[in-house]
Amino acid sequence: MSSDENLIVDAAARIFGDLVSPSLINDAEAGIWPSELWAMLEESGLTLAWGNETLGGAGIEVIDGFSLLREAGRHSVPVPLAETMLASWLLGHAGVQYPAGPMTVAPTKINSNISLGPDGILSGTVRDIPFARVTEHIAVLADSEAGKVIALVKTSDCALREKKSIAGEPSDEVSFDGVKPVNVEPAPYGLDEQALFAMGAATRAVQIAGGLQKILDQSVQYSVERSQFGRPIAKFQAIQHGLAQLAGEAAAAGAAADAVAEAIAASGGLGVEARAEVAAAKTRIGEAATVGTAIAHQTHGAMGFTYEHSLHHATRRIWAWRDEFGNESYWAMELGRMIAAEGADNLWPFIAGKE
Amino acid sequence: MAAGSFRFPRIDFSPELKALQQEVRDFLASERASGGYTPVADGWAFGVDLEFSRKLGQRGWLGMTWPKKYGGHERSSMERYVVTEELLAAGAPVSAHWVADRQSGPMLLKNGTEQQKQEILPRIAAGECFFAIGMSEPDSGSDLASLRTTATKVDGGWKINGRKIWSSGAHFCHYMIATVRTGGTRDEKNRHEGLSQFLIDLKGPGIQIRGIKNMAGDEHFNETVFDDAFVSDDCLLGKEGEGWHQVTSELGLERSGPERFLSSAITLTEAMRRIGDNPDSREAETIGKNVARLKAMRRMSLGVSALLQGGESPVVEAALVKDLGTKFESTLLNDVRQLIPTEAIGQSTDDYARTLSEGLLRVPSSTIRGGTNEVLRGIVARQLGLR
Repeated sequence: MSSDENLIVDAAARIFGDLVSPSLINDAEAGIWPSELWAMLEESGLTLAWGNETLGGAGIEVIDGFSLLREAGRHSVPVPLAETMLASWLLGHAGVQYPAGPMTVAPTKINSNISLGPDGILSGTVRDIPFARVTEHIAVLADSEAGKVIALVKTSDCALREKKSIAGEPSDEVSFDGVKPVNVEPAPYGLDEQALFAMGAATRAVQIAGGLQKILDQSVQYSVERSQFGRPIAKFQAIQHGLAQLAGEAAAAGAAADAVAEAIAASGGLGVEARAEVAAAKTRIGEAATVGTAIAHQTHGAMGFTYEHSLHHATRRIWAWRDEFGNESYWAMELGRMIAAEGADNLWPFIAGKE
Repeated sequence: MAAGSFRFPRIDFSPELKALQQEVRDFLASERASGGYTPVADGWAFGVDLEFSRKLGQRGWLGMTWPKKYGGHERSSMERYVVTEELLAAGAPVSAHWVADRQSGPMLLKNGTEQQKQEILPRIAAGECFFAIGMSEPDSGSDLASLRTTATKVDGGWKINGRKIWSSGAHFCHYMIATVRTGGTRDEKNRHEGLSQFLIDLKGPGIQIRGIKNMAGDEHFNETVFDDAFVSDDCLLGKEGEGWHQVTSELGLERSGPERFLSSAITLTEAMRRIGDNPDSREAETIGKNVARLKAMRRMSLGVSALLQGGESPVVEAALVKDLGTKFESTLLNDVRQLIPTEAIGQSTDDYARTLSEGLLRVPSSTIRGGTNEVLRGIVARQLGLR
C-alpha cells in the first residue's frame, strides 16, 4: 500500500457510492451508457490510473490502481474502468499517447493470431473483447514480421458482433480485418500475449476479491433483516456458519489479491515470478468465487434469485471474471507445471521465498 | 467496520530473516540426509523425538523470544515464526517440545514466580522439559467452562481432584498447566468465574496417567487423574479466579500459527518427488491448486502474526485462519491421495505412502484440537454481528 492509496480509493468510493446504484447497473445492462459516471471517473484521472504521466496518464502507483479495481469490483461498476486501465498499461509499454474516452484490449486469449501486415494493415478476428462496443479505442497486441507490436485502433473502424458475458456486460467479437491503426509501436521484450493475459487475470482476480467483500456485506445484512420462524435468520447456527465460511473465503481472496498486486507492483508484471503470483491468485480467488457466491445465494433464498434484488450484480460479475483471462483450472495447471519443473525440494521455497 | 474487512497485514522478510530461513533449511536437509529424522505428517502433534528436540534447543530455536536470563534468545516473534514454519514444512518431529515452547513457556513468563521462571524456562529452551495441556475433561470439550476438576485450598497449597483428558504426551511430559475450578459453579450464569490455572508437576503425589490410544495407533493421548494431588501455593498461576481470561489468551496463541495449515504439507512434497518434473494436466492442476491455497493461507497466517507482534489481539482473524487452514489440511490429503491413483497406502513404506497414511489417519483431529471449526465459526459469526 502506498501513502496515496487511501486518497485514490476514497475518491473512487465516493464516486461509486454516489452514482453506481442498482438501477444504473440495470440500465447499463439494458444498453444505456452511464455517461455521467464515466465523465466523473475520467475527470478524476481514474480511468488512466495506470497510464504513464508523460503520455497523458495519471501515473498512479500500480498497487494503488489494484486497490481502485478492488473497490470498483465491490461496487459492480458497469463501465470499462478495468479495461481502460489495462489498455493504458499496454499502450504505456510502447510509449503510445493515450486517447480520451473508454478503451479495451485485445486479445483476451492466447493464440489469437492478430497480425499487422507489411502494408500496416491489421487482420484477425477475436472473441470475448469486454465492453468493445462502448469503447472509442482498442489497444491491440499483434504479431508482425518485425515481432510483437502494440497498436491503437479506433473501435469504429472495426467490425463488431455483439455478444454478452454472463454478467450481462458487452463481450463482443471484434474483426480487425483491413483496419489501419491510429498508431503502432514495437512491443518491448517480454510483453507478449502471455504477459497481457496474466495482467488481465490479475485484474479480474482483484475485481473478484472486491465482489466477494460486497456479497459478504449483503449477505450479513440480509440475514439480520430477514425473519423466518419468528426470528432473524442470522440467529440460526446454519446461517452463521455459512456466513463465517463466506467471510473466510472473502478474506483468503483479499490476501491473494494483495499478494498479486504487490508482486506486479514490484516487477512490472512481466517475468516468471509475477506470472506465478498471478497463477496462484487467479486459482485461489476463483475457488473463493465458487464457494462464496454459493453461500451468498443460499443465504438470500429465493429473493436473491430475482432480477430485482441486486445480489446478482456482484455474483454474475464474479462468475464472468472467474472465467475471463483463464479460469482456476487453467492457472492451476500453469502453476503446477512451473513448480514441478523446479523439483519437489523447491516447492516450499517457492511458497515461503528464499534468499 | 464493514463485515469483510478483516486485516492481514503484509510482512516483509529482512535479509536477516531470510538468512535464518536458509539456516533452518540447511540444518533440516542435512538432518534428513543423515537420518537425523524421518519426515512425518502432523509432526507437531504426533512426532515425538526427544533427541531432535534437544538438537533444536542447542541451535537456539526453542524459547526464541524469551529473555536471555531465562535461557531464551531474545529474538523476534517473526524469527520464531520462520523457524517453526520451516520445521513444519519439512515434516520434522517437533511434538515433544511444541506445547512448552508455544504456550506454556510464554504463560509462565507472564504468570510464573521468579523461581519457576529460573528453574523451568531454561530447561524448556534446552529441549529438555516438556508440558501437557490441561484443559479438556471427559465431560468438557468445546464447552470448556463446564469443567469439573477442582482445587481446594489447604494449608500451604491446594488439593486437586478430578480428571483431565487428551493431555497429549502427559506420559513423557514434566508438567501440566491445568485449568480448574477454585470457586463458582458450572451453572450458566457464573460459569466463567471461579476458574484458576495451576502449574502441576506430573511426577507429584496423587497423580495417575493412563494412555489412550488413538485411531492412528499413536500412544499419544492420556487421561490424567488427580486424587487429592497437592500443589504448593506458588503453583497458582496468575490470579485466583482469573483462569478463564488467562486460558482464552492461551488459546489465542494456539490458534494463529503455521501448524494450523502445514500439518500435512509434507505429503505434497513427497507426492511431487514421485511425480517428477513433468506432470500431466491432472497432476499439474492438483499441485497448482494446493500451492495457491497454501500461499493464501500463509499470507493470512503471517498477517495474524504481524498483528500479534503489533500488540493487537486478533482473535477473529486467528479463528478464520484456523477454520480455513485446518479444512485445507484435510482437503490437501485427499487431493494428494488421488495424485497417485494406484497406490495402496499403508502397504508401501516410502516417504510418500507413509506420510500420506499417517496424515489421513491423524487429520480428523485437525479440525477439533484447539477449538473445533464450529466453535471458530461461532467466533467469526459474532464478529459479523450475527449473534
